[in-house]
Amino acid sequence: MWAWIHRFGSPRYFYAFAGKLLPWLAVPCIILFAVGLYLGLVVAPGDYEQGESYRIIYVHVPSAWMSMFVYVLMAVFATIGLIWRVKLAEVMATASAPIGASFTFLALVTGSIWGKPMWGTWWVWDARLTSELILLFLYFGFMALQSAIGDRQTAWRAASILLLVGVVNIPIIHYSVEWWYTLHQPATIAKFGKPSIHVSMLIPLLVMAVAFKLFYFTVLMSRVRAEILQRERRTNWVRELVSGGEL
Amino acid sequence: MRTRRKQRLFMVVFLVVGIGIAVTLMLNAFKQNILFFFTPSQVAAGEAPVGHPFRIGGLVAVNSVVREDGSLVVHFDVTDTANAVRVAYEGILPDLFREGQGIVTKGQLDDKGVFVASEVLAKHDENYMPPEAAEALKAASTLQQD
Repeated sequence: MWAWIHRFGSPRYFYAFAGKLLPWLAVPCIILFAVGLYLGLVVAPGDYEQGESYRIIYVHVPSAWMSMFVYVLMAVFATIGLIWRVKLAEVMATASAPIGASFTFLALVTGSIWGKPMWGTWWVWDARLTSELILLFLYFGFMALQSAIGDRQTAWRAASILLLVGVVNIPIIHYSVEWWYTLHQPATIAKFGKPSIHVSMLIPLLVMAVAFKLFYFTVLMSRVRAEILQRERRTNWVRELVSGGEL
Repeated sequence: MRTRRKQRLFMVVFLVVGIGIAVTLMLNAFKQNILFFFTPSQVAAGEAPVGHPFRIGGLVAVNSVVREDGSLVVHFDVTDTANAVRVAYEGILPDLFREGQGIVTKGQLDDKGVFVASEVLAKHDENYMPPEAAEALKAASTLQQD
């Protein structure tokens, strides 16, 4: 078992593995995006109160979920990297950060576009919106810290401690709508009991959620491959790849 | 697990738990400041700040909306079913504003106890359903009441 983990954690092995995995992630991702968007934007009925504008949830909600999912995953990588000193964990977290930041940005922007007609304002400083904005700054902070420190190992350790400190924000984002009075409505799906959304609207949302997840892993795998090549550019196996004409 | 790794694991757990406790304490201390709005009951109990603007959140009471002719001035009650606050507002209301709808309004209490609003935001709920489903639900609940 340990031997297997060691082999899996080696950049060279993972580079090949990620390459084989890529089409198996990318193709279902494209199909699910097409199906989810069609179901969500064409098939699903309008909302009893919000009419057609509610359809932005098919982008807003999955990206908000992913913004938190990616962060938690990065914190897990940080933990693995700090305790077991696995090189691959650093590569995975570094490659994840811009994707997670993009999801966060997308969630904030779509929420703002939704808020203007529904609430009557682009932005309010309520607990949910503010904590999501802090998440965006945590992503920026992680990226900035990593590139600000010259020594790669020190940079990674400092950045992973920042990641672990920021984990406290994740439950705050999730429970903000329950702990405090906010303008943002409480959870529709991620709660105990029945989701407060009609089945015909729920199915496209779940399809989109899976599509977003696959999108993340597709982009992650190709970014990780690029990151590995860049880091291992002086090793023999990369040189062989280059001279063999495989790149 | 070797001792070095155990030590590092301990450090990570200590860091996360420590920060968690610190932030919990902090958020508890600032509880009042994080609240986006007060409820009408809190206003009735005198918990809302006097002399400077704050927000009230609640439902627009049914049959309370009165529009003045020839202007954008509108009066309505915001209620949490226990208590209600009379609100006066001049301006354009959001699309979702209607009787029975959740809203958040910003303004100040005048000496007559009327809340003079400078901003009215609609707060939509977490329920999503097609109009037919909403109709059916409504019909079912009126049937039950009869």
